[in-house]
Amino acid sequence: MFQSLSDRLSGVLDKLTRRGSLTDSDVSEAMREVRRALLEADVALEVVRDFTEKVKAKAIGQNVVKSVTPGQMVVKIVHDELVAMLGAEAQPIDLAAQPPVAILMVGLQGSGKTTTTAKIAHRLTTRDKKKVLMASLDTRRPAAQEQLRVLGEQTSIDTLPIVAGQTPQQIAKRALEAARLAAYDVVLLDTAGRIHIDEALMRETVDVRDIAQPHETLLVADSLTGQDAVKLATSFNERVGITGIVLTRVDGDGRGGAALSMRAVTGKPIKLIGVGEKWDALEDFHPQRIAGRILGMGDVVSLVEKAAQTVDIEKAQAIAEKMRKGAFDLEDLADQLKQMEKIGGMSGMLGMLPGIGKIKKQLDGANLDDKILKRQRAIISSMTPKERRSPKILDGKRKRRIASGSGTKPEDVNKLLKMHRQMADMMKTMGKRGGLMQRMMGGGAAPSQADMERMQAELGRLDPKALEALPKDLKEHLPKGLPGLGGGMPKLPGLPGLGGGAPRFPGLPGLPGKKK
Amino acid sequence: MSDKPEKRGGFFGAFRRAAMPAAPAPDPGESPAAAAVQAPEAAAATVAEPAGDKKQGWFQRLKAGLTKTSARLSQDIAGIFTKRKLDADTLEELEDLLIQADLGVDTAMRITAALAKGRHDKEITPEEVRAVLASEVERALAPVARPLRIEGDHRPHVVLVVGVNGTGKTTTIGKIAHQLRREGKTVLLAAGDTFRAAAIDQLKIWGERTGAEVVARAVGADSAGLAFDALTLARDKRCDVLLIDTAGRLQNKQALMDELEKVLRVLRKVDPSAPHQVLLVLDATTGQNALNQVEVFKDKAGVTGLVMTKLDGTARGGILVAISAKFGLPVHAIGVGEGIEDLSAFDAREFARAIALG
Ligand SMILES: Nc1nc2c(ncn2[C@@H]2O[C@H](COP(=O)(O)OP(=O)(O)O)[C@@H](O)[C@H]2O)c(=O)[nH]1
Ligand SMILES: [Mg+2]
Repeated sequence: MFQSLSDRLSGVLDKLTRRGSLTDSDVSEAMREVRRALLEADVALEVVRDFTEKVKAKAIGQNVVKSVTPGQMVVKIVHDELVAMLGAEAQPIDLAAQPPVAILMVGLQGSGKTTTTAKIAHRLTTRDKKKVLMASLDTRRPAAQEQLRVLGEQTSIDTLPIVAGQTPQQIAKRALEAARLAAYDVVLLDTAGRIHIDEALMRETVDVRDIAQPHETLLVADSLTGQDAVKLATSFNERVGITGIVLTRVDGDGRGGAALSMRAVTGKPIKLIGVGEKWDALEDFHPQRIAGRILGMGDVVSLVEKAAQTVDIEKAQAIAEKMRKGAFDLEDLADQLKQMEKIGGMSGMLGMLPGIGKIKKQLDGANLDDKILKRQRAIISSMTPKERRSPKILDGKRKRRIASGSGTKPEDVNKLLKMHRQMADMMKTMGKRGGLMQRMMGGGAAPSQADMERMQAELGRLDPKALEALPKDLKEHLPKGLPGLGGGMPKLPGLPGLGGGAPRFPGLPGLPGKKK
Repeated sequence: MSDKPEKRGGFFGAFRRAAMPAAPAPDPGESPAAAAVQAPEAAAATVAEPAGDKKQGWFQRLKAGLTKTSARLSQDIAGIFTKRKLDADTLEELEDLLIQADLGVDTAMRITAALAKGRHDKEITPEEVRAVLASEVERALAPVARPLRIEGDHRPHVVLVVGVNGTGKTTTIGKIAHQLRREGKTVLLAAGDTFRAAAIDQLKIWGERTGAEVVARAVGADSAGLAFDALTLARDKRCDVLLIDTAGRLQNKQALMDELEKVLRVLRKVDPSAPHQVLLVLDATTGQNALNQVEVFKDKAGVTGLVMTKLDGTARGGILVAISAKFGLPVHAIGVGEGIEDLSAFDAREFARAIALG
């Protein structure tokens, strides 16, 4: 699944990343192709529309800042939107309820409910050591109840004895009672396939739901589903109220767009995917991984992702330049604090930089505790623009006003001002002393392969866009097999604000933050 | 769109031309061939579709399913076209409507381009656009709308039914058996899905419902061996038609596709002309992957015709337009429900109108 979509998308986006600069029409053109790739992958039109509009809006907004490789920003935006569409976290089946926990399986005819029911039961039994009962409420399809019974036999999982002539509602009641009496942990209710516009059958499902009070109601849907995915998922969700989706036939060569559509329109997580006819061919759904796979930029995506915080290199360079000149004001500090918060605080950021131990200590001394970043930002935001630009004018009266405005004490304001002075001084000195890169390169000697790999790994956690900024000789020494080093170089992440004409600033507080 | 619930002619023997939408339902006894507009060859044995069914006609149910969504679509189209020129934007919106019916981007573009020809920047009413759109889609589908015929004098006439899991193979076999039985034919069903639990029982129930005998082996038995048994038995018994069910399989599973080839080889050992027909059952809810299903099953199993099921839902199966453009395979019938009667002739015009909003 997703393979051909990923081929298409990476083709489109590859073209973008190779471009030096992007115009609005470049972005629009790319989005047309993205749209097409998504549609060919069966993502529902309304979802595609929404998707490309969001990406376009963000991409064009980004474009205002001339960045080194804008194409990569677009890749990042596309990726982020994919993740947003798929949901960020894997969400397994939730059994945190009073046993017997009822799980209701619903879906269209032929979507794979019965097989999936048995697979889930098998997993809960073998992996989670649960005592599971299965019951078929499918009184419609010939031999459907028999099918589940046989599956129960094959997997050694108990099934509710079949009583001819009972309605689904009666079977549901009986299943719950049986599960209670025999102290089952979980009772899985397989239902007849139904078309979502079949009012009578949908009502029946609602009845069953009300009787069973399921903790999970899973919509089982074929990953090969086309544009109808939206309607079917919406109907089941609105009518019955689903808690998650199970995608089947993911081992087929479908492009899996239905997954995106159903998640997007219902907001319900895809919990599991069926990847084969065997009992254990059931996997958790990892949206992040899938988004990466869809984008087809494998490692680049994870690099981009790591560096998702670091986009606005122009701005970083401008700030670095300011610092070097000693013009680092409180406004800039507030910006930096905000960005630091996003990337896991000061220590998180420093951890990404090679050879920075000493500075780190200095900054630790400056009391830059991650937890107080927020407070410091609050202080700055209580200042007037004028005060931010020239902290010198801050007298006792102003400091008291700021403290009360930000819910802090005047001492806190003083501490912040002191820190700002220290940082500005430090940056100024470091800017003069020579860039980090020079020191790392040990005076021009070519680094070993191992050095390069280590460095690459470190760089990977930083900004993906500043390859152009790397010294020429370094570029030439980069190992060829590194992720993201396909044909074009621009995929290689680099340190922001380094080399070239950029100020030789180690990228400390100037490390660009995620652009909103 | 016609409102009249109709059942005309046999779905195999004839298909109703929507050109005569208000035509009254024929008598149950009416010869299907007589009702055929594209007259089937006289020699062709046909399966009659029952008329005077107490249930709603398929068409009405198909329509009921479609109108729910097409009502919105109608509004969209009306909204798009009232007092508007047929400009690029309009065409794009039209294209979107087709994409939403699963026609796929290329096909949608091709059809809107055909529609635009000679009409560019002309004022056009919503009705006109609707009609033109429908006729463009119909034009693409008309050549493939061919009822399934039990032709020639093969005894038994062997029909192999293949497709992806859950598309409706077994159900379709049951429905076809019903139609053939109604025609007075002797039908043997082969429970070739020896893999899925209770698949054999499922077919046996269809056998009971239709009065067709069922040949089965144990679960897990070799399906080629079963096919051999079934064909031999059908020949000995001089059955008219042998319908062979198979296990569902994804077309990208090499081993399973090979197994299907083996079934074909074994059948040919008994009768070199068999199977006389290989039907691929497609699910209307399937998106663009259906194109690939046709390609692979045609290549591996020699598919001769298609049946599309589950058109009683909101999916419109527009991928058929792309499929017919690419492969030109006959579309014999459509499934419009789970009941024994819920199989109809594929009617290009109705199908097109349903896509272009009936
Ligand atoms: N609504 C609807 N359901 C159908 C249709 N054809 C088959 N089904 C249902 O789809 C499911 C799978 O059908 P089955 O014949 O077992 O599929 P197979 O695995 O291909 O043999 C069953 O629940 C059938 O009742 C149809 O035309 N409309
Ligand atoms: Mg079957």
